[in-house]
Amino acid sequence: MGAYILRRLASTVLVMGIVAVFVFLLLHLSPGDPAAIIAGDNATTEQIDAIRRQLGLDDALPVQFFRWLLAVLHGDLGISIFSNEPVLKLIGQRVEPTLALALTTLIVAVTLAVSFGVIAAWKAGSWIDRLLMVVSVIGFSVPVFVVGYLLIYLFSITLRWLPVQGYSPIEQGFWPWIERLILPSIALGLAYVALIARITRTAMLDVLAEDYIRTARAKGVATSSMLLKHALKNAGVPIVTVIGIGVALLIGGVVITETVFNIPGVGRLVVDAISKRDYPIIQGVILIFSGVYVLVNLAVDLSYTLLDPRIRY
Amino acid sequence: MSTLAEPALIAATGRRSRLAQARRFVRRNPTIVAGGVILGLVALLAIAAPLFAGDAITMHPALRLRPPPEQGWLGTDHLGRDVFARTIYGARVSLIVGLSVAAISIGVGLFIGLMAGYFRRVDAVVMRLMDGLMSIPAILLAIALVALTRASVSTVIIAITIPEVPRVVRLVRAVVLGVREAPYVEAAIAGGTPTWKILLRHILPSTIAPLIVQATYICASAILIEAALSFLGAGTPPEIPTWGNMIAQSRLFLSRAPWTIFAPGIALALVVLAVNLLGDGLRDRLDPRLARRM
Repeated sequence: MGAYILRRLASTVLVMGIVAVFVFLLLHLSPGDPAAIIAGDNATTEQIDAIRRQLGLDDALPVQFFRWLLAVLHGDLGISIFSNEPVLKLIGQRVEPTLALALTTLIVAVTLAVSFGVIAAWKAGSWIDRLLMVVSVIGFSVPVFVVGYLLIYLFSITLRWLPVQGYSPIEQGFWPWIERLILPSIALGLAYVALIARITRTAMLDVLAEDYIRTARAKGVATSSMLLKHALKNAGVPIVTVIGIGVALLIGGVVITETVFNIPGVGRLVVDAISKRDYPIIQGVILIFSGVYVLVNLAVDLSYTLLDPRIRY
Repeated sequence: MSTLAEPALIAATGRRSRLAQARRFVRRNPTIVAGGVILGLVALLAIAAPLFAGDAITMHPALRLRPPPEQGWLGTDHLGRDVFARTIYGARVSLIVGLSVAAISIGVGLFIGLMAGYFRRVDAVVMRLMDGLMSIPAILLAIALVALTRASVSTVIIAITIPEVPRVVRLVRAVVLGVREAPYVEAAIAGGTPTWKILLRHILPSTIAPLIVQATYICASAILIEAALSFLGAGTPPEIPTWGNMIAQSRLFLSRAPWTIFAPGIALALVVLAVNLLGDGLRDRLDPRLARRM
């Protein structure tokens, strides 16, 4: 077990190292002069030269990489071209709305999707099972921003039940905070719910066909206990796996959702950086989001032994 | 049900057999047919756009934000451009991007996957690189790639292809690893068949069925990512009518002119739905083992 955790940690470090190489190379291997890209379309030759000196772009590529990596490891993600502030500080200022949106969506989506999937498997072929198929097909096909605008049009503009957009920090009250997160969470979570519910249904169907489920039923175990304790627990590994993999959907979706609902989070920071060509910000956010994704999946891998004691490494 | 009797019946009825076969195909594969028909129609509309759609580019400031029955089939946008024409022309970029990304990523992924699966030394290095690439969220990677270069349809295609390649590589590699130890492959090796011939003749065919299914899913995800990139301002240049661009440019007019957002939005959802249906149908048909489970 201990050896497995060590090996798994080592491979995580390796993967993150490769991610860092890719993120670094993005800027340096792209066609054109990185200094000119950073400086933007209207920069003078002197400005470009200044940027090149400032970033040490004349050094050999490996030298630049290790200098950059060392800085990143010390929490220095570079300086924003546009605002001249450290990237890490800019991300820090924006992290609360993004975290609030991602976590509420994650919690609500997983709860809904797993219950939905369990019921659909239990009542396979029923209307709720068919509803799940419809929801999952829609969830995979309708883009986040279309769902978002549909929700805004319906619930904010037409029915006037919820505010149109924006974000209110939780310190200013729980209701204004949650009220502005409802629609974004639905838009962001739809595809995630579809994914998890589908896998939950499949995994549950497999487990429900096992002999010990029939035994549990025959000896009169209550349905809820049979579904949750006997079946769901044994269907846990694939479900947890897909919850981890699906976090990629949430991370990509956050960028779009924040744009649709005008939420001043990390996603908006990146989108604003695109038009300003503020490359250090794009680089920093990619690195952090990829890191979150890798760590979530590390946690998922390590949770297997808790879910299923038969799994030994 | 009557599966045994049917072939004989069809042979006996002669002329009606084609029709009966077609009908049977529709009945057995409703999702393939539904997805295929919708996609075929959309492709036809996109190709024939210049013949009927009208002008998608010219602005008529005097006719801005007119609702559907008043001006054109789907009204006009904030610059007085015809939403119907723009929605039809928008299909072109989506289909081109979807098909190109699917074709290129399958081609590149197939090659790398065959190499990684067959040659052990390549495998270790390549798969670590793929793991790294797969850890970067696809939309963010595409944003970064587009932001670096000048926006154009071909840049967008490359930017969406790169994050899709590792998924193909993994799939192909898994198939190759499964087939490589099969007796007929071992026999070919023992018989002195050249390696390239083993790869092409004996291993490649096993990857085709899963790759066809994978290609449809890649196509759907590419269309979604292209629209998202355009929507975020990191995609196709704004002067080209794409569904993502249309939605991005109409954002501020949601309450006044919802048709400017929902026309391209529904078109986008419909096309992705059609591709997904086609993919689900093909998966059920080509891989019965998976079909039972999903």
